[in-house]
Amino acid sequence: MLNLIIIGFFASFLAAFIYKPLKNYFGWIAVTFPLYMFISFMSKYQDIAAGKVILETNEWIPFLEINLTFLLDGLSLTFVLIITLVGAAVFLYAGTYMKDYQQTNRFYVYISLFMTSMIGLVTSDNMITLFIFWELTSVSSYLLIGFKHYKEKSRKFALQALFITGAGGLALLSGFILLSQISGNFEISSLYNLNDVIRNSDFYPAIVILILLAAFTKSAQFPFHFWLPNAMEAPTPVSAYLHSATMVKAGIYLIARLNHALGGTDLWQNTIILIGTLTMLFSALLSFNQNDLKKLLAYSTLSVLGTLTLLLGIGSKLAIKAFFIYLIAHSLYKGTLFLVAGIIDHHTGTRDVSNLGGLRQFMPISTYIAVFASLSMMGIIPLVGFIGKETVYASILEIENWGLTLILFAIISNALIVMITIYVGFKPFWSYKIPNLKLPREAHLKMLLGPIVLAVLGLLAGIFPNFFMGKLLEQSSLSILSEKLILKIKLWQGFNVVLFFSLLTLALGILLYILREKYNYITQNIKLIPILKPSQCYEYFIEGILSFAKFQTKVLQNGYLRNYIISIIVSVIFLAFYILFNAKLKIYLPFDYSITIYEIAISIVIIMAAFMVVFSISRLKSIIALGVVGFIVGIFYIIFSAPDLALTTIAIETLTVILFVLVLYKLPRFLKFSNLSTKLRDTIISASVGIFITLMVLYVNSVEISYELKNFYAQKSFTEGKGRNIVNVILVDFRALDTLGEITVLGIAALGVYALLKLRLDDKEE
Amino acid sequence: MFSIIFSTASRYLLPLLLIFSLFLLLRGHNEPGGGFVGGLVAATAFALYFIANGVDETRRLLKFEPIKLIAIGLSIALFSSLPSIFWGKNFMTGIWSDIKFPIVGKLGTPFIFDIGVYVLVLGVTLKIIFSLAEEDK
Repeated sequence: MLNLIIIGFFASFLAAFIYKPLKNYFGWIAVTFPLYMFISFMSKYQDIAAGKVILETNEWIPFLEINLTFLLDGLSLTFVLIITLVGAAVFLYAGTYMKDYQQTNRFYVYISLFMTSMIGLVTSDNMITLFIFWELTSVSSYLLIGFKHYKEKSRKFALQALFITGAGGLALLSGFILLSQISGNFEISSLYNLNDVIRNSDFYPAIVILILLAAFTKSAQFPFHFWLPNAMEAPTPVSAYLHSATMVKAGIYLIARLNHALGGTDLWQNTIILIGTLTMLFSALLSFNQNDLKKLLAYSTLSVLGTLTLLLGIGSKLAIKAFFIYLIAHSLYKGTLFLVAGIIDHHTGTRDVSNLGGLRQFMPISTYIAVFASLSMMGIIPLVGFIGKETVYASILEIENWGLTLILFAIISNALIVMITIYVGFKPFWSYKIPNLKLPREAHLKMLLGPIVLAVLGLLAGIFPNFFMGKLLEQSSLSILSEKLILKIKLWQGFNVVLFFSLLTLALGILLYILREKYNYITQNIKLIPILKPSQCYEYFIEGILSFAKFQTKVLQNGYLRNYIISIIVSVIFLAFYILFNAKLKIYLPFDYSITIYEIAISIVIIMAAFMVVFSISRLKSIIALGVVGFIVGIFYIIFSAPDLALTTIAIETLTVILFVLVLYKLPRFLKFSNLSTKLRDTIISASVGIFITLMVLYVNSVEISYELKNFYAQKSFTEGKGRNIVNVILVDFRALDTLGEITVLGIAALGVYALLKLRLDDKEE
Repeated sequence: MFSIIFSTASRYLLPLLLIFSLFLLLRGHNEPGGGFVGGLVAATAFALYFIANGVDETRRLLKFEPIKLIAIGLSIALFSSLPSIFWGKNFMTGIWSDIKFPIVGKLGTPFIFDIGVYVLVLGVTLKIIFSLAEEDK
């Protein structure tokens, strides 16, 4: 599988260069990529269906147990097939849809990158690899939502989605690291028999919270749901692909994948049920006020994601079966409806449902595609959506105590979804014509082919459910529950209470549609109190961070060099003093008075020069005095036989004086800024630096230094480093990596100086 | 302020100082010296020339844009780490040839690394000096 992932990244890279010359038929070229992936994975279908699990290991960083391990079982194969199939429809569609956009080549790069990462995500067995692909999908989603980067809204909502899913990504990494502490490695497959150990671990609650946080942010569950409707700023193919069929299901995939290892406790199951139900119900209710085709679809997607989460929370055999069928059904019909909504938008220029109607005459094919997808979404026989909804209801009814309450919520949500379907799938085509609407023509084959395939598959999967889903369902349930399901999927379950609920849902949905048509003007004016809206809380949070950043920038980065130096020195001295005092080591004064005359002489010169630096009112004099101090330090090095240091110090001091003079030349005339209090402050700071350094030197002299390192260098320098100058051998051989880092910093510093000076030049020119 | 004596002296001092800097670089492995000091001395040599003759004259003499020197120096230093990878040793392990060369002595990757340091330090120092000096215009 690694080779497929590498091919995927290579294809994404290639798309950037081949788009422009092949612009007119790029859809047909692009579609080969997801189809190739689809066929490659389909070729393993027989093996997987027969119960084989394909595990592939490639070493990456074996030392840290981070490897590119891939695992293909029923669950991952199901997701991969959805990803590549919907991908094929979208890639072909986008060839026409995106033609008039600027920089469509980038679009293909991003979306191919996304598809590859998504395949990687659902096939990874190593947690770190999975995390990396997880983040890659977030990043490519960010780039795709913000594709119309010239619009402020796009940029804002792209960032919002990135922040939320990115925060979830961090939670995921922490959760994985905790998990690996228990299992001892990063392989998810190694967790399979550890359920008991994990559940009894102290980390268990933390792991559950972190993993669920990741899953809920990615799959836009309450209270993180708001990024998904906002992500509708993306071009429609992106919404159809990432934000309904694939990426938002990654969180659900994660829950399903880890259900094995983490499931079976109240904490896990009940949290998932609660959040799933909340999302299912509230997002369906929130859709009531929407008029935008894509927003309506987004809220229904949220509701479905909530239902899928709820089903995983229930966790019974029937619920897993329902989960599986509902997942497939949703990907097929929602992808289709998004693509149809895109066609409408593309040809009429509007997505407002109240302005759309009577398109049936002009776009007959689109109309019937929409009919198929809508019937599936509403759960009408014989489409796959029907089986989906039936099993969902049946599995909810199985729950003790809360079953009836939950079924009520589920019926309300599904009725609202029926209402949404009427608005999206029927009203634009079948209702009376709207005057002033730009009259469209039927979409091009390239835009229709994908939706047709998906819609027809929805029908076929409904009529022959066992042929299309049976085998994979068995293997997937094995991955989620470690039990094989032998429940056959049947289209017709007979007349029973579940069928009654289905009919009730339908009737209620139609009623809601009629009510909304009549009383829309009242509900439009209902607004939630801002603080109750999670999206508003997010805004407050971001504003808070920004104003804090502004505040601390004002304090710390105030633009005065002297303040920077003061804060650096004071904090260093403070910390160092703290450690020095805590060390409780005594300082012994060395009573060694063998001081020579010239040592005393140059000490006096150094002190005089230091006073001159401070008291001189000419800058030039100060600089020269500073140079004197430096040179004398160099002489000290010579006296105490450190010729290398002396040489360097003298060279540096020479250059420093030259540089200072060059800078001085441009400064304004010398002015006195300091008053008595600042002088006092500076004196205290300088004095404490002096005292600190003195103490340090005395301290270093009074402790026994281990000579091990010194001896090591002295011995190995010539034998292994082939040089007699130990200092230099350390610099260029033993610690060459450090030196490499240092010279890199030096180079960057030079660029920084250049940039600072250059920047000012440009300002002057203006 | 142009001084003809200073200017003439700098013309003769420049090659001498450059030779001295190369001398420091070459002896660095066994005696006091090395790429860093060598680079600084070379930079001082050019700085002296610059004080006497101005920026334009120095640039013309140098022929290289200092920023390129930075890039070249860093590349040489990085390049010197490649043999250790190909030999399968730890990153940046010094690898020496056993052949003795005249003047240079034994050749090895640490020496190449030192040359990189020399060129980079020269480039950095000159870049800063030139940037500061040119702002006058």
